Amino acid sequence: MDALESRPRRRFLNYFLGSSLGAVVVSFLYPIIRFASPPLIPEATTNQVEAGDTSDPLLMTKGFKIVRFGAEPVILLKVTDTEYRAFSATCTHLDCIVGYQKERTRIFCNCHGGAYDLNGRNVSGPPPRPLTAYKVNLLAKGSEPAKIVVSKA
Amino acid sequence: MIARAGKWLDDRLGLSTIVELGSHKTVPVHRYTVFYYLGGMTLFFFLVQVCTGVLLMLYYRPSANEAFESVEFIMTVVPFGWLIRSIHSWSANLMVFFAMLHLASVYFLKAYRPPRELTWVSGVFVLFLILGFGFSGYLLPWNQLAFFATKVGTDIAGAVPFIGHWMVRFLRGGDRVSGGTLSRFYGWHVAVLPAITCVFLGAHLALVQLKGMSVPPSCEEEAGKRKPMKFFPHFALRDLSGWLFALGCLAALAALFPWELGEKADLFAPAYENIRPEWYFVFMFQTLKLVPGGEIFGLEYEAIPILLFGALGLLLMLVPFLDRSVAGKGNVWSVVGAVALLFVIGMTCWGYMSLLPLYVVILSGILLLLLAFITRGGRRSEN
Repeated sequence: MDALESRPRRRFLNYFLGSSLGAVVVSFLYPIIRFASPPLIPEATTNQVEAGDTSDPLLMTKGFKIVRFGAEPVILLKVTDTEYRAFSATCTHLDCIVGYQKERTRIFCNCHGGAYDLNGRNVSGPPPRPLTAYKVNLLAKGSEPAKIVVSKA
Repeated sequence: MIARAGKWLDDRLGLSTIVELGSHKTVPVHRYTVFYYLGGMTLFFFLVQVCTGVLLMLYYRPSANEAFESVEFIMTVVPFGWLIRSIHSWSANLMVFFAMLHLASVYFLKAYRPPRELTWVSGVFVLFLILGFGFSGYLLPWNQLAFFATKVGTDIAGAVPFIGHWMVRFLRGGDRVSGGTLSRFYGWHVAVLPAITCVFLGAHLALVQLKGMSVPPSCEEEAGKRKPMKFFPHFALRDLSGWLFALGCLAALAALFPWELGEKADLFAPAYENIRPEWYFVFMFQTLKLVPGGEIFGLEYEAIPILLFGALGLLLMLVPFLDRSVAGKGNVWSVVGAVALLFVIGMTCWGYMSLLPLYVVILSGILLLLLAFITRGGRRSEN
């Protein structure tokens, strides 16, 4: 057998068989890996959303609410009766959703204790970057509560 | 009649060979023999997981709209559904706990010495798979905790250089944690991970049979003097009575402390206060909490502990090849292990401090230390 193995022709054929087997395995694996990697799905770009009006009970009591901006959560804050601000609600640390602590006037993430000031700047804890700011417009119509429109800054 | 049936089967299956092999299997007897039961206990909880998991699959529905409701249905409407699900959750936790105890005892008694390196490597693999089961099973009830734990847990993969982004998308089945993530995690939890675990657990158990149980060097003299215990029936019966006791504990835990379901995941709600992962991930969670935000050479600070934990996992697996003390005496690796263990326990206690008053943490720490001293004192007097 050893004598056979050492013959160049036998060695060449074994090498040939081995590499073609390897190629077959790779040709099986490639579609499997591609299948398991999720396809890129283009999302409709959202440029602005209506976020209810200023009489929203959540804004009145808790001073904030989370708005759906397409698939992204955006935090809408009531800073004063006339001033509203909006930031991305996704914590820049590890992707949790932030909330507003009214009594301590800060945006806070309960996951790892990251804190941001009311300008969205990361002031303490683990977040590495500030929150992206959004633009807030109030559309007043007579005596009715003003409509809140959040849009990309 | 039965004897004839037995003979018929034996002729076809060769059962007598297996019985013959089993009758020669022995377990060394010495003062640390009790640690030999830990692996079997972990295996028992794994079997409980398989049985209860299969039962849960009969009612569970893996989609964002139905998952939470189907678990609610299991807990409230299906007869004994509360029992099966609570046992599944409790047993999962106890499995992780006993796997860790098993690992710690094998580590500190240096049972990974040659020729058992591969037994150790396969065992560490199984531990990682168990943690994978824990993490993927966590999302399935689709509650708030599940949602945020998965958001954070998958985002952590983003810290890996170069392929991090691809890994996050691969784990999530897209850019965000969504219903797609749930289907994916379900597939891993009930099919992919069990298949891989079968291979590694099978290898682990086969290697334990092939190489037998390791006797710690400090016990060799004692084990030489005492008669080894026959596996069948002596050790197996002890194992079984332990398993029966464990099953009783599971039933009691499930009845007295049924597993909570929490609130349904809301993709647009802030994380709630005092949110934290299962206890076995708390040491990493607490570490991540302590690292401030910042960047060094384009690497965010949070990535540093994440990469370190990954490196430590790899190191743990390679310990038998790095620890070259053939005699198996305590050395630098014992110290490294002790420091790592203290770090994990310390960080876990710290992580729970907001729930437990400080004195409880300190008292239990002192109690553990006392316990360590007592057992250490016993060893010295015996030597």
